[in-house]
Amino acid sequence: MSNSPEHDSEPEDQQTAVDSSRTKNNRVVKKLLLIVFGMFGFGFALVPLYDVFCDITGLNGKTNGVSVAYAADGIDTSRTITVQFITRTAKGIPWQFEPVVNEVKVHPGEVKFVKFYAKNESSRDIVGQAVPSVSPGIAAGYFQKIECFCFTQQPLKANEDVEMGLQFYIDLELPPEVTTLTLSYTLYDITDSVDSSS
Amino acid sequence: MTTDVLNDQDSHESEHHDDHKMTGIKRWLYTTNHKDIGTLYLWFSFIMFLIGGALAMVIRAELFQPGLQIVEPDFFNQLTTMHGLIMVFGAIMPAFVGFANWMIPMMIGAPDMALPRMNNWSFWILPFAFAILLSSFFLEGGAPNFGWTFYAPLSTTYSNGSTAFFVFAIHIMGASSIMGAINIVVTIMNMRAPGMTYMKMPLFVWTFFITAYLLIAVMPILAGVVTMLLTDTYFGTSFFDAAGGGDPVLFQHIFWFFGHPEVYIMILPAFGIVSTIIPAFSRKPLFGYSSMVYATSSIALLSFIVWAHHMFTTGMPLFGELFFMYCTMLIAVPTGVKVFNWVATMWRGSLTFETPMMFSIAFVILFTIGGFSGLMLALTPVDFQYHDTYFVVAHFHYVLVTGSLFSIFAGAYYWLPKWTGHMYNETLGKWHFWCSLISVNLLFFPMHFLGLAGMPRRIPDYALQFADFNKWVSIGGFAFGLSQLIFLVVVIKCIRGGEKAPAKPWDGAEGLEWTVASPAPYHTFSTPPKID
Ligand code: HEM
Ligand SMILES: [Cu+2]
Repeated sequence: MSNSPEHDSEPEDQQTAVDSSRTKNNRVVKKLLLIVFGMFGFGFALVPLYDVFCDITGLNGKTNGVSVAYAADGIDTSRTITVQFITRTAKGIPWQFEPVVNEVKVHPGEVKFVKFYAKNESSRDIVGQAVPSVSPGIAAGYFQKIECFCFTQQPLKANEDVEMGLQFYIDLELPPEVTTLTLSYTLYDITDSVDSSS
Repeated sequence: MTTDVLNDQDSHESEHHDDHKMTGIKRWLYTTNHKDIGTLYLWFSFIMFLIGGALAMVIRAELFQPGLQIVEPDFFNQLTTMHGLIMVFGAIMPAFVGFANWMIPMMIGAPDMALPRMNNWSFWILPFAFAILLSSFFLEGGAPNFGWTFYAPLSTTYSNGSTAFFVFAIHIMGASSIMGAINIVVTIMNMRAPGMTYMKMPLFVWTFFITAYLLIAVMPILAGVVTMLLTDTYFGTSFFDAAGGGDPVLFQHIFWFFGHPEVYIMILPAFGIVSTIIPAFSRKPLFGYSSMVYATSSIALLSFIVWAHHMFTTGMPLFGELFFMYCTMLIAVPTGVKVFNWVATMWRGSLTFETPMMFSIAFVILFTIGGFSGLMLALTPVDFQYHDTYFVVAHFHYVLVTGSLFSIFAGAYYWLPKWTGHMYNETLGKWHFWCSLISVNLLFFPMHFLGLAGMPRRIPDYALQFADFNKWVSIGGFAFGLSQLIFLVVVIKCIRGGEKAPAKPWDGAEGLEWTVASPAPYHTFSTPPKID
């Protein structure tokens, strides 16, 4: 940035006053820009922070994303928990998708195996991905999936159908006020993203 | 290097006054003068106010009676979305920046804003942002239709194709706000007249100082969240897409982390304006100046930990619901301090009721009503009933229209003599006030009842039992819209002529801005005044 010629003809002390106010301003501007970029970064940092936070609190009903081994200390027959299954297909996936049984009763610590039915009703091959969510959220951390079709993708050829399994147990520490759990699966069409990444 | 460019003010500031020579459009395009830029902001904001208002008139015409009459549901959604975006980012926020530009240098005895070149930029990118946003009306698919809160996945998976335009416009507006805010902070920190300590600054300056910090802190968050939206929509990321492991509720958290401080960005300057006007027409100093400073600061700090009161129904754990409920109610304490101080300032003052004072008194009463409905909404259990109904619409219009907007009117009437050199027409001013006051209550008060009775917001049609109230609301809406044309007439008449204004037209007014002539000369305080 070139100074305008007028500056050079200005008296010496005025010039220094101008310069010092300029450095003073620059210093503040730099600090403020630091806040601006810091907060921009913080906005993005909220994404992993939120995941960690939800992991600890079960806030968003997300369940374990990879399989866990059975680790309960026996079965608590004094409590019976109703587990309901609901399914939903996201916009644009022409599949039939439903639980084979709508609800089961289990004791905490007991291992259960249930099935879900899916059928590709269209005439093209589609890769689906089911995303589970547990309600109420506080129970999400106690719902343990030993085996689940949601751990992998489900490619179905045109008109193909399949029965998919889910094996789970409920942690003994499940808060006492929870008597009913709802496990909801939403099925998404991820054919495009699978194609583009392979 | 960038900062250096922005700083190169001084060549304009010295005795050379070359900007006087420019005429016509160039004067406005190249101006670095804080008064010119203030004027530009204020006119821009008024034009946006009229455009946003026109959209609202169509909304109210559609809702005049049940059934679908004038617009398609999808276009109705575009109207509510664009109305909200234009009023928030185009009308209220730029109006306050206009006030900041005009008044802060004069109130602290500075010759101009600290970074005049940047000032020019921060204004002139705004018209482009809104041109982009408004042009989306003419796209295939139309303008944004996902609400001013642009929740994912409405704005991602289900977008009508306007997301890119929307995001780009928001980025530009955000850049403009951040630059404006940086300028305000630097000006206030470095350019106060000798002797003006922080605790001697007018409260008006304090509120803008704090607001500018809020802007610097949260506008980058907004920029971040719209960026995520953009990549989710067009580049295959899944920040908010459950299919890819993201979470749409995360969107709401990030948005409201910006959004709640944003509502305070729109009200703190209003506090500053009425805190200037009420003492002037009560002929008493402001009651509790330092408590006002602390109250404003604590409101600003608290505003960062209450965002989830917009999300009570998303299924938060009980602890979260309680935490956000109590924090939200805590904000009512410093807000109450302010209302108390305004009333105490008027107590036993020798009051006169010129138009600026009328708008300020209406502000105190009606903003308080908005605060009360806010408190009702802050109660988690009842918010499950009120959420997404017209009760919320009533709440935020009381705080934003009879709050922020009324304060803008009050400030405009108060400083018009200083800006134009003429007194405005008091009779017309009073007409504007009374017409606005009556119609605004007819417009927004019944919305409380509609909301309590269960009428959802953002819906073009409604059940028959809501018909009577909606008719009255619409009549209030049209009347309020028309009343604003009186304001336009007042302003134009005041610019054109009228009784000559003395340097200090209000005998109770305080502050350096009244020590210079009316209209304020193009350059003021080239040598700083001495404060003791
Ligand atoms: C005492 C102070 C306040 C309290 C306790 C409060 C509380 C609330 C709550 C709980 C909501 C969410 C309602 C819902 O969606 O169910 C809300 C919405 C809102 N508030 Fe306030 N509020 C206060 C002051 C303000 C102020 C000063 C402004 C702006 C000047 C404001 C602007 C808004 C807006 C724009 C919304 C609606 C956002 C949307 O969903 O579109 N509020 N308020
Ligand atoms: Cu809020």
